[in-house]
Amino acid sequence: MSGSIGDGGAPARSVVPEKAWPLWEVFIRPSRGLSHTHAGSLHAADATMAIANARDLYTRRAEGVSIWVVRSADLVASSPDEKDALFDPAGDKIYRYPTFFTASEGVPGL
Amino acid sequence: MESTTPAGAPAADPARDAARDTESAEFDAVIAADGRIEPRDAMPDAYRKTLVRQMSQHANSEIIGMQPEGNWITRAPSLMRKAILMAKVQDEAGHGLYLYSAAETLGTSRAEMTDALLAGTARYSSIFNYPTPTWADMGAIGWLVDGAAIVNQVPLCRCSYGPYARAMVRICKEESFHQRQGFEILLTLSRGTTAQHEMAQDAVNRWYAPSLMMFGPPDADSSHSAQSMAWKIKRFSNDELRQRFVDMLVPQAEALGLTLPDDGLRWNEQRGHYDYGDLDWAEFKAVLRGEGQCNAQRLAHRRRAHEDGAWVRDAASAYAAKQATKDAARQEVSAA
Amino acid sequence: MTSQAATQQAATPQAANGPATDNTSSAVDATPTAADSRDIAEYALRLGDDALVLAQRMGEWVSHAPELEEDVALTNIGLDLLGQARALLGYAGSLTGRTEDELAYFRSDLEFRCAHLMCLPRGDFAATIGRMLVVAAYQWELYERLSESADEALAGIARKAVKEVAYHLEHARMWTLRLGDGTDESHRRMQVAIDDLWPLVDELFRTDELEQQLASAGIAVDSSALRGPFDALIDPILADATLTRPDVPPAAGGGRHGRPSEHLGHLLAEMQVLARQFPGASW
Repeated sequence: MSGSIGDGGAPARSVVPEKAWPLWEVFIRPSRGLSHTHAGSLHAADATMAIANARDLYTRRAEGVSIWVVRSADLVASSPDEKDALFDPAGDKIYRYPTFFTASEGVPGL
Repeated sequence: MESTTPAGAPAADPARDAARDTESAEFDAVIAADGRIEPRDAMPDAYRKTLVRQMSQHANSEIIGMQPEGNWITRAPSLMRKAILMAKVQDEAGHGLYLYSAAETLGTSRAEMTDALLAGTARYSSIFNYPTPTWADMGAIGWLVDGAAIVNQVPLCRCSYGPYARAMVRICKEESFHQRQGFEILLTLSRGTTAQHEMAQDAVNRWYAPSLMMFGPPDADSSHSAQSMAWKIKRFSNDELRQRFVDMLVPQAEALGLTLPDDGLRWNEQRGHYDYGDLDWAEFKAVLRGEGQCNAQRLAHRRRAHEDGAWVRDAASAYAAKQATKDAARQEVSAA
Repeated sequence: MTSQAATQQAATPQAANGPATDNTSSAVDATPTAADSRDIAEYALRLGDDALVLAQRMGEWVSHAPELEEDVALTNIGLDLLGQARALLGYAGSLTGRTEDELAYFRSDLEFRCAHLMCLPRGDFAATIGRMLVVAAYQWELYERLSESADEALAGIARKAVKEVAYHLEHARMWTLRLGDGTDESHRRMQVAIDDLWPLVDELFRTDELEQQLASAGIAVDSSALRGPFDALIDPILADATLTRPDVPPAAGGGRHGRPSEHLGHLLAEMQVLARQFPGASW
């Protein structure tokens, strides 16, 4: 990811030499029977605090029954540069869908 | 991506140039198709900069915006109102956090954004530099300020940058109660004792014009608007949104039994909209420059909270580091 | 933590039957009925005022917390406490013909029944966490038992509250460990916080005739029976956090009996100012 993005504001008033808490990604299971989905991110010093903060921030309106957190730095993501190689080849395999097969139309149970 | 290359710098590598052209064509195609740009996509430097500026400004506004209403939590006149107000100010902290999160996807850390806010180099909405001397201000902020914010924010749910749009969907969903509770506070006051009614009218008198100015300068004087609209960050012009807001307010004010302090306010049959009076843009600019009643106070409050919390944040980091060392040592022992 | 605490589940309220109730037994009817309603209201006020004053202190934190995430967390805790206060004051009021707001806004400090610990100014973050730890542990032990009260309204309030204070206790424990065993500065502040509040802890566990009478009827919880379980809950947390449990004489207290903390009047002056400017008004 590129640097020097900020607004050019000098990082003034560094109050104390401080290491910021790391960033965590939060995944919430909205109700039993559904998968965890990405809710957003937050800062916390450690995993226990990340879970607690996620509970307080992302489930204020009873949005969840279970929480996963993972350090953002530990997430491995595919690169947009590879997206043609990764995803285009799946585009033309139309025989993977039942609608490709028409001979069985009208036959009961198929 | 090569976003650190200064614009117009001589590019020595033709292959890289070609790659950049492809990237830029892809970006344009996604925008043209009304698609969403996601964090790791290639995007023009200026688009990234504009978004970081807008999202961090928006987040800062939520965080600074906690103060004028937080001012009344300890004095709320009933326990139910106290609970509602606490939940509302808490939502604002939450919304600030969602927005900082969205901005962080573009590689600017919250610490950088906080530093810029505390140093006074990053902006927040000028509206929060007005004071809240009475309880009726809680009503007026909810009805007018949150009302204006919602009109501004609903189109942002379709903003071209995915994380921003998603944050706005969540925020708009949660925010719908804010305006209603403000309206309810004013309605109760308006129908209450004479003194309560006067308190409500006085608050509306003070917040009406500033809330109209929240949409930004008239289109003719708005410098960033055209580009933001081309990028589909912004969907409607300042004046369009302001008109939508005024049209909404008039019948609501009637329902409240309160008047809007605007001599120019009248129905325009031809346009099918309400005309409204001139706004005092000189005052708007003065507040923006730092000459509002509370500019210094709001920033000082934020700085103090940040400085007072430094030892707490350090303690949590130190504890986490100690635990990590212990865990590592334990694993070594069990591996040996 | 919760599971460890749960194993100490004592003692249904009836277990408080014993020598302590001898002097009142003649006054107690076989049935806890209308005769007790004023006493029950007084008891509910004690618990409700504790929650209300603490909620007010938590409200003072809004927009001042050390990190935004913690601002949201502290407000959640404040909202829980405020909800408990409203339920308890509402119940007390229903027995004596007053509304929750009349009780909250139109009683003087002499009529409040909260323990002095609740009234301490919010102080720094360590002071807030220290108090949260002590109060949540006390309330957890209390509500756990009150859930089985013969008074269905109190039992219902307690069953909801016990889950909330379990979370408060967990939050306080999380921060006590991090502040106690964090940096030298945070350790110093956390120890000062515990030292400062410790004289006021004893008052939470004092019982009196009214409480004993209600306890023997299965309605209230005998506060004096909570001290042992409380210590068993708190001591390991302090030890894990490398903090020293203070050995100090208890303060005189009196909050339950109309001898309020010096801090209470200031807190109420702020909380009640607007409501009292407009007596009889609706909001």
